[in-house]
Amino acid sequence: MTSLDRLAMYTEMVRIRQYETRIMQEYHADKTPAWDIGAGLIPGEMHLSAGQEPAAVGVCAHLKKGDAVTATHRPHHFALAHGVDMNAMTAEIYGRTTGLCKGKGGHMHLFDPENHFSCSGIIAQGYPVACGQAMAMKRRGTDNVAVAVTGEGAANQGAFHEALNLAAVWNLPVVFVIEDNDWAISVPRGESTANTSNADRAAGYGIPGVRVENNDVEAVFEAAGAAVDRARAGEGPSLLEIHTLRLLGHFEGDAQAYRSDLETVDERDPIPRYAASLMESGDLTEAQAEEVKAAADAEVDAAIQFAIESPLPQPEDALDDVFA
Amino acid sequence: MTATETPPDAGTRRVTTAKAMAEAIGLEMRDNPEVFVMGEDVGAYGGIFGSTTDLFAEFGADRVIDTPISETGFIGAGIGAAVEGMRPVVELMFVDFYGVCMDQISNHMAKIHYESGGAVKVPMVLMAATGGGYSDAAQHSQCLWGTFAHLPGMKVVVPSNPYDAKGLMASAIRDDNPVLYLFHKGAQGLVWMEKNPRSIADVPEEAFTVPIGKAATAREGTDVTIVTLSLSVQHSLDVAEELAGEGISVEVIDLRSLVPLDRQAVLDSVAKTGRLLVVDEDYKSFGLSGEIAAIVAETDPTMLAKPVSRLAVPDVPIPYSRPLEYGILPTREKISAAVKDLLA
Repeated sequence: MTSLDRLAMYTEMVRIRQYETRIMQEYHADKTPAWDIGAGLIPGEMHLSAGQEPAAVGVCAHLKKGDAVTATHRPHHFALAHGVDMNAMTAEIYGRTTGLCKGKGGHMHLFDPENHFSCSGIIAQGYPVACGQAMAMKRRGTDNVAVAVTGEGAANQGAFHEALNLAAVWNLPVVFVIEDNDWAISVPRGESTANTSNADRAAGYGIPGVRVENNDVEAVFEAAGAAVDRARAGEGPSLLEIHTLRLLGHFEGDAQAYRSDLETVDERDPIPRYAASLMESGDLTEAQAEEVKAAADAEVDAAIQFAIESPLPQPEDALDDVFA
Repeated sequence: MTATETPPDAGTRRVTTAKAMAEAIGLEMRDNPEVFVMGEDVGAYGGIFGSTTDLFAEFGADRVIDTPISETGFIGAGIGAAVEGMRPVVELMFVDFYGVCMDQISNHMAKIHYESGGAVKVPMVLMAATGGGYSDAAQHSQCLWGTFAHLPGMKVVVPSNPYDAKGLMASAIRDDNPVLYLFHKGAQGLVWMEKNPRSIADVPEEAFTVPIGKAATAREGTDVTIVTLSLSVQHSLDVAEELAGEGISVEVIDLRSLVPLDRQAVLDSVAKTGRLLVVDEDYKSFGLSGEIAAIVAETDPTMLAKPVSRLAVPDVPIPYSRPLEYGILPTREKISAAVKDLLA
């Protein structure tokens, strides 16, 4: 890992954070005085990934053109890290015709075929799809890989296990990623999951399983690199569990009254911590950090402007696109 | 309590639909130690849509059980507990999540009684949130009651207001059959979602039942019959009130359950008005609206002065963007226009 790698990862994490911070502000801005989930320029559920940037950035740093990512209901960090166009994604979140899905999908259903990016609002259901993408890549003789992302709660879903077995028995180039943010909405991991590391479940399917602690982007980078290399080399799937952090509620508006670890959340934020570490090692200066943030803010401003200035669809457009 | 008992007067205590559901479950739990609740976030959170509000505080984690995200597992476990004689109330958070657990629902919960020649009972309630209108898009906004009602072996209950929500929940828990209890998010009276004022209404404090399988005449009228259910009842009542000012008399039939379906209530009303509009937030084809039309067609189509009108989601997934979503939902404006078309 070079100094440039480190700076690039820091830059991408900040870009994602600035994006979501702004989306959060815009999301709440016009939901006053009576907070209504369906109101405002950005309606509907909003699941932000703040705190989980190391997972997306450390994994996607290894991906190249043609590689696929299936993400979850909390998809923004992986979408941006995988190269999904910020303007088109933002326009989708604003429900505009210029959005990735012309306003039909919304924030939980972002589809970008050019970058082989997709996500699903149904827990664990991206895992089998990634197997199929990997199957296509393998049969076509490419060295592309498919990355499948879920949360730790999804590891208790049948599709998770079926997909792991399928990928293992067919030796598919899949990297299975679990973002363990400790909470399945209000249910803490320890009350829903019998084992302490989901990476251990890989053993049941005869594939490598690695758990990365401490929400450390460099550790994620190392572990993901090995998994991606293995998949590219035709050696089969791996399972990577990343212990990360849900900095915010499950969705915006979640008061998190159930959450016992709330007090320590801010101090565990991975971005200031990484900035401090990079400054200490001489890989980042204060001035650079300011530049990174300013550049991200400018890009985000432009994306939101693009979205707001884009047209809303017409009601009758709802009838299009059911069939090809 | 028997099914023939007359439900009590509503009184003057106003509660939301969500609270009414939770109250009914709590009353049954106090009365019967075999009743327990399980599902995702039903504990300290109180259910994402408030269906188990305050139950955790009263009954604790032993009887209000947060589950892993394992719907096949915990719905199947509900079935198992039910066949052993317990009365589980299991929540599937969004009905849209049926896809991951449909085998347990359709091939087990709904078939065991029949397959066993009546030897094994499955007295469980499976409750789930339905419906759209708040930009939750294609995987979190469906109604799907027609899908379940098509599959034999489970009762399907769909309340539209707090009073019925409480009484039908009590009936569902006491029923010896599996009951799918579908509540519309927009009719729950949640503080964080736009709601019709009809989602907060007078409900008795004590336990009572509303019989499953009996439709309600939510409003009497003489010109047009609207047969509907769930949140669309609230919309239809709003429209009926508005049209009354224009001299149009609309009768609103709230089906309250799909299985059993109160066919006679439909026929009685259509016999009176001669005009039938079915309003359904579920998909249009192969569903409830066609079933209601068939009741009239099979019995006596000559009672209709005009062909049946159906207002339902036009066979597209629920889109995200507000103009698209409201383009396909049965809104008040569309209900009103459809009533006027029937009278034109």
